[in-house]
Amino acid sequence: MAVAGGLLLAGCNLPTFGETKPITSQGQDSIKLWQGFFIAGAVVFLFVFCLIAWASIRYRRRSHAIPRQTQYHTILEIFYTVIPIVGVLILFGFTFVTENNVDALPAPKVSVTVTAFQWGWRFHYAKQDVTVIGIELQDPEMVLPQGETVRISLRSHDVVHGFYVPAFDFSRYAQPGITNRFTLNLHTLGTYRGQCTQYCGLFHSLMRFRVRVVTPAQFATWLRTHRSGGTTSRASLTASAGGAVR
Amino acid sequence: MTDVIVPKVAGGAYAPVHEEHGPTGLMKWITTTDHKVIGMSYMITAVALFYIAGLLALGIRVQLTTPHGTFISFQQYNELFTMHGSIMMYLFAGPFAFGGLANYIVPLQVGAPDMAFPRLNALSYWLYLGGSIMMLMGFGVAGGSADFGWVAYAPLSTSTYTPGLGEDLWIMALVLTGFSAIFTGVNLVATIFYLRAPGMTMFRMPIFTWNMLVTGILILIAFPVLTAALVMLFCDRHFGTKIYSVTGCHTTAGIVDVHACGSAVLWQNLFWFFGHPEVYILALPFFGIATEIFPVFSRKPVFGYKGMVFATMSIAALSTGVWAHHMFTTGTVLLPFFSLMSLLIAVPTGIKFFNWIGTMWRGQLVYTTPMLMSIGFLFAFLMGGVTGVMLASPPIDFFVHTTYFVVAHFHQVLFGTAVFAGFAGFYYWYPKMFGRMLNDRLGRVHFVLLFVGFWVTFIPQYVLGLHGMPRRVASYPTGLGWQSWNIASTIGAFMIAFSFVVLLVNVWVSWRYPVPAGDNPWDAHTLEWFTTSPPPHHNYTHLPQIRSERPTWDYNHPDAPTIRHGRSQGPPNGHGPYTGGDGGPPGHGNGSAGVARGVPAT
Repeated sequence: MAVAGGLLLAGCNLPTFGETKPITSQGQDSIKLWQGFFIAGAVVFLFVFCLIAWASIRYRRRSHAIPRQTQYHTILEIFYTVIPIVGVLILFGFTFVTENNVDALPAPKVSVTVTAFQWGWRFHYAKQDVTVIGIELQDPEMVLPQGETVRISLRSHDVVHGFYVPAFDFSRYAQPGITNRFTLNLHTLGTYRGQCTQYCGLFHSLMRFRVRVVTPAQFATWLRTHRSGGTTSRASLTASAGGAVR
Repeated sequence: MTDVIVPKVAGGAYAPVHEEHGPTGLMKWITTTDHKVIGMSYMITAVALFYIAGLLALGIRVQLTTPHGTFISFQQYNELFTMHGSIMMYLFAGPFAFGGLANYIVPLQVGAPDMAFPRLNALSYWLYLGGSIMMLMGFGVAGGSADFGWVAYAPLSTSTYTPGLGEDLWIMALVLTGFSAIFTGVNLVATIFYLRAPGMTMFRMPIFTWNMLVTGILILIAFPVLTAALVMLFCDRHFGTKIYSVTGCHTTAGIVDVHACGSAVLWQNLFWFFGHPEVYILALPFFGIATEIFPVFSRKPVFGYKGMVFATMSIAALSTGVWAHHMFTTGTVLLPFFSLMSLLIAVPTGIKFFNWIGTMWRGQLVYTTPMLMSIGFLFAFLMGGVTGVMLASPPIDFFVHTTYFVVAHFHQVLFGTAVFAGFAGFYYWYPKMFGRMLNDRLGRVHFVLLFVGFWVTFIPQYVLGLHGMPRRVASYPTGLGWQSWNIASTIGAFMIAFSFVVLLVNVWVSWRYPVPAGDNPWDAHTLEWFTTSPPPHHNYTHLPQIRSERPTWDYNHPDAPTIRHGRSQGPPNGHGPYTGGDGGPPGHGNGSAGVARGVPAT
């Protein structure tokens, strides 16, 4: 546990243990926490695994003698109650700090209102009067600038949906009557896969979208060419030249 | 030492031999109020439903072997995962444990002639059977069965989005089985509090009975909330109320105005206020089963008996305060509180783990099928528990929520408990229920296939979840490397399915070529092994003296009583085995005068 905590603080170049590499500051915070939890979890798992394996093999029956009928060992029991409490409190401390970072809402440079509906997405840039809409199999694309503070306001037109971009290492429900706000600081250019994660009816499986991260200059150009609403995803699709979706 | 006492209840003593009257054959099963017959009806129904839901899972797995699966349509896929989850959660795991095993075993373990309310017990079963049939009927109606997932999130579950009859059948089925569970909860609690045999104090009850008491109380806390929430959902669907519904509440800008109508997130709060205690309603009975099996096949008492009881109680208490960890990504709940409460559950769960290991430590482990299944449970639940701690941390939950990581996690927990520990209990008590043994060699084959299949199925699902594959999808993009993991998972699922064919063969063999079990084939500890297999009507003609939580062991091994102190002995069982013979080591008697608190005079 202490080792995991140390690694967490150091934030050194650990693998992501299977999780997608984050492209946002918020995702990087989450991944550091994940690395800490993963290592702590692995240590606990291996320790208990070895205890079970040892007990299972070492104490298999060798004679018909009745073993000693011990039932209590108070000191040992207190020990294995208190140690996990301490461990859990340490994990909670790191969780608390990280979650405040991830959920922070600084003043944004760019705001996008995302509305989920059966079965598609509407990305609305209110200030710039740009809208992208796409339904299933069209995969609408949300274009965002690199390096600037982006605020997403998320809601649903009908049932509960889930806004999930693996590369953000983040998801949030889109719900009717509730607007969820969160912040993204994007680091890496590219096109990324997004998908609805909360089951929302017949075509839930196909309710996908993409996020394209561009430089601020390209972002300004994109906004200019798509101004005055009504732009469909078809237009934005042609704009996303090249580059595999990650 | 006096050998036996004849049990007394209010109104007089039993006749030593109670002749069985009344109908036989099918009429016996229909008209009975005997807890043993009702318990067996429950178990047979629940296991049949388990096989059905398992077949549905195979349908899901076949669909996912290719990215754009064409085995079934999207609509059929949505029905399959909804019904797989609903049957497993509502109709198999709970009813098998508290309607079946507990119904059969608890009265025996406390030395009672029957449950406290035998007719109510029968009503429970018939409500359960009716509800189960009603849910399955969904497959036969136009529009198909319910297809909104086993959690039925509003407003998807309101009539605007799922107007079908299958959904109504699903709701009413759960109302019926919900009442069945509530009545069983009442019965269990009343039986355990009021019908214990002379000498069976609370702290001499077997851990299984303790866990069923706590489960019964949790049922009484959780199920009425679900039933009320379902009735409100039904009203939304048919009587025009707007409790969860947001239909017709859109402003001119097209967004939902929550002040004008229902609150969809209310459903999630109510559902999970039921749903998380429900997870422990499903888990605690199976913890109890494992806690019966480890001591018997280690030939030692439960290590840390009282710690075990208090751990169970704290799990139950905490479980009523963690429901919103299913709602971290809704953005509507207080994250730190629910995170801390959820993390804390790791502590009593850890105590249980160390107590199970402590029970095996320096024992003489006998590897029968129940013991193998219980060790399988330990490994499965260990992995599920560790990943559960990860999910209790909101920033981590944010990126694995509703992905296959969560699917893998809760299958490891629920499969680990309901299947490994559940079938450990099945193998363990089958001789008591039917008076015949199951074949141990076939049992081992069942275990090995199940254990390997289990890991092959669910480890790939962890990987898929971390790679970002959402749950409840009937198709997924190509080129992401997901297909091979899905194929591996499907192969594992078929291994599990095959292992349950072996179980059927084993049961068939036990009927075709019966091997008599005798009263106590495992040299077990608790009271139910004192009576005949199967037990007579009203269970006991006589009882042993109950001086500890292991009356049958004490009766059979008067020279090897429980040693209640370990403090002054260094590491657990610090002196190695002793061979018994003369009443145990000096200074460590078990208080033969019937010490209730388990603290003997040294």
